[in-house]
Formats: sequence, structure tokens, C-alpha cells
Amino acid sequence: MLRIFWSILIRDLTLALRRRTDVLTTLFFFVIVISLFPLGVSTERHILQILGPGVVWVAALLASMLALERLFAADYDDGTLEQLLLAAQPLALITLAKITAHWLLTGLPLVLIAPLVGMQYHLSATAIQVMMVSLLIGTPILSLIGAIGAALTLGLRGGGILLSLLILPLYIPVLIYGAGAIEVSAISLSDTQPYLTLLGAFLMVALIFAPVASAAALRISIE
Amino acid sequence: MSIFEVNTLDCRRGDRRLFADLSFCLDAGTLLHVRGRNGSGKTTLLRALCGLFTPEAGEIRWRGTSIRDLGDDYRRELRYFGHLNGIKGDLTGIENLRIAAALAGLRVTTSALWAALARSGLGGFEDVPTRMLSQGQKKRVALARLLVAPAPLWILDEPFTALDVDAVALLQQLLTDHLAADGLVILTTHQEVALTSGHIAQLELGV
Repeated sequence: MLRIFWSILIRDLTLALRRRTDVLTTLFFFVIVISLFPLGVSTERHILQILGPGVVWVAALLASMLALERLFAADYDDGTLEQLLLAAQPLALITLAKITAHWLLTGLPLVLIAPLVGMQYHLSATAIQVMMVSLLIGTPILSLIGAIGAALTLGLRGGGILLSLLILPLYIPVLIYGAGAIEVSAISLSDTQPYLTLLGAFLMVALIFAPVASAAALRISIE
Repeated sequence: MSIFEVNTLDCRRGDRRLFADLSFCLDAGTLLHVRGRNGSGKTTLLRALCGLFTPEAGEIRWRGTSIRDLGDDYRRELRYFGHLNGIKGDLTGIENLRIAAALAGLRVTTSALWAALARSGLGGFEDVPTRMLSQGQKKRVALARLLVAPAPLWILDEPFTALDVDAVALLQQLLTDHLAADGLVILTTHQEVALTSGHIAQLELGV
């Protein structure tokens, strides 16, 4: 059971390493969107500190959105998705492996680069720590929920826009609690705990339901 | 009792009915050649037989049980070779075959993978990303999957296109061996399949 998870995970990571541009696009998109705000709005220290948490999280949502389209589309185009569907292995596990690879390639880099963008917004060291933790819990949820949308819109014309309309509303709770945790950390660090706990609960629910739902959606889309 | 049964199958694509009331049984060691003009529903039939496409009505039974109920147990005994090769262009032949074996739930040694590629005539191309290969060579990688992960039921959609004379001979040999080992083959092709042994059945669609 676990062996198929690893094979698919390693397969997707190998593919991404041979085609690095896809990974770098997401990361640069994230950095550029975040850098535009101080240029467009204001470079005032206190304004940036207020804007920071929300901007970082909105940029993370959009960046994760950007890469979602490719999650199943490449496999769909070359017929490997049919082979995955015909495998004698639980499809939900295969889907979970693909989502994990997607997060490692597009979600984790955002977490790692977060201190850099935090400094752009004059966020304190504690706020940056909380931001990294909230992104670490939050970005996997984005990949998991997004996978359902990506599977549903597979093979549709204009699927990219439909995907955004379908998935972005579902991202709202993650945005509220993710950005909320960072804002609250400016007042009292202990107050961040409920936010992070709720994010953790979202993650657990998504982890259980999203792979199964994506697998079912893939079977419908491939017909 | 036949190993593979299709009862009153009815398939539609949108509003168009491709075929209705299609029933047949196949015994082990049979090759079913599905014929028909373009658009007569050959690919849809094969996809329905794989379980990739849900028919409007009717039932497909493998060893007496509906394939819907069998799920993974049916897929373990099935190899499908579609219009698309189903191989990753950025991975090498060996890597593609290793994934295919893992998907079939098999543990295959690297030397077995090399042997399979050599048998399908790709010796010397093992470490080349498959996107660098020609159309025919990609098909050969896809065919090597049948060697790496043996299964009793092969469903092949136009396997002979883009293959050269050697590869056609190889595929015919594979089919003959498979039938001799009591395997079951369902394929579509516009070419005449010359098999040396085994029982060949014909199914004409769209008449």
C-alpha cells in the first residue's frame, strides 16, 4: 500500500525536477505579488504591518491556485492518468501521493520563503514565526481542497477560470484563520493557539475527505 | 461458464447511441477483434470494458462477477493499452516501466525491466527520456508494460499503428504467447491480425 504512495510521490517529484520552471513560476509569482503591494499602496511601516498578514495569505492562495491546474492535466494529456485509474491500487492513495508531491513543490517553498517576505512588511520575529506555522498548516489544506476542483474541471475548456471560481470561496476559512493568527500574534502570542488549532482541524478533515473526493471526481472526469 | 461476459450493453456518447443490446461471451485463450468504421464506438466499447466508461445499461462480468463489484480485483487482472501511450515523456523507459509495475502491485527487479525493454527492441535507449524517442519507439515502451506486468486480460486499442515490421511481428508473437497461456485479448485494429495459433473471434460494430 505504502509502496505505491512512494512510487507516485517520487515519480511526480522527479518529473518536477526535470521541468523546474513550473515550480519556480509559483514561487516567483508569490514573491512578486507580495512585493507589488508596498510599491502600490504605501511604504509606511505601520500600514505595511497591518497589510502584511492578509497580503501574504492572499498571495499564497493565488500562487497555490496557479499551480493547481497542472496537477492532473499533464497526466490527463499523455494518458498516464488512465493508467493510474486502471491500477490495482486504491485511487485515493494515488491521489494523496500526487497532492503531497504538489504541496512539497508549491506549498513548502512558500513556507520557506515566508521570512523574507515578512521582513518586507516589517513583521516582528514572532509574527514571522506564527506566519510560517500558519502557512505550514494552511498550505496543505489549499492543495487538498484544490485537488478536488482540479479533478472536477479536468479536460474542460476554460477549466482554469472555472477552477478559481469553484475553489477560491472554499479557501476563505483558511484565509481568515491563517491571516487571523498572524494578526493576533501582534497582541498576544498565546491568543494564536485557537486559530492554529482550528487550521489543524481543517487540515485533518481535508486530509480524510479530499483524496477520496478527488478520486471520485477523477473517475467522473475521465469518462 | 465463460470467463468474460457482456450482457445487453448499451453505450451513448451525448445524445448519440453508439450501440445497444450488445452481448457476447469469451473463453480463455480467445482473441476478440473489434471492427467497425470510424466513430462506430470501438474505443468507447473498450473503455467500457475496462471500467473507464460507464455504459448506459448492461453488465460486464469477469469470472462470473460484475466488474463494478470487483473493482481493484478486476483491474489487477487487466492491462489496457489506449490511444495515448500512457508514458511520461520526461521519464526514461526504465522509470516508466517501474511505475507501471508498481501500479500493477508487482515488485520487479531492475534487470527484469531492462530485459523487457530489450525484448521490445529498445536496447540502448533505456536511459533516454521517452520524449526523445520516435512515435513507434514510444509505442514499444508502452508495449513493454505488457511484458513487465503480466495479466490475463489485455485490452488493446489500435496497438499496431505506428509500429514497424519488426514491432508488428513482436506484438503478434506476444499475442500468440498470451493466447497460448490461456490469456484473453480484446483489440481493435484496421489491419488484419495474422496469428499463428489461438481462437480469433470477430465483432462488427455499427452495422
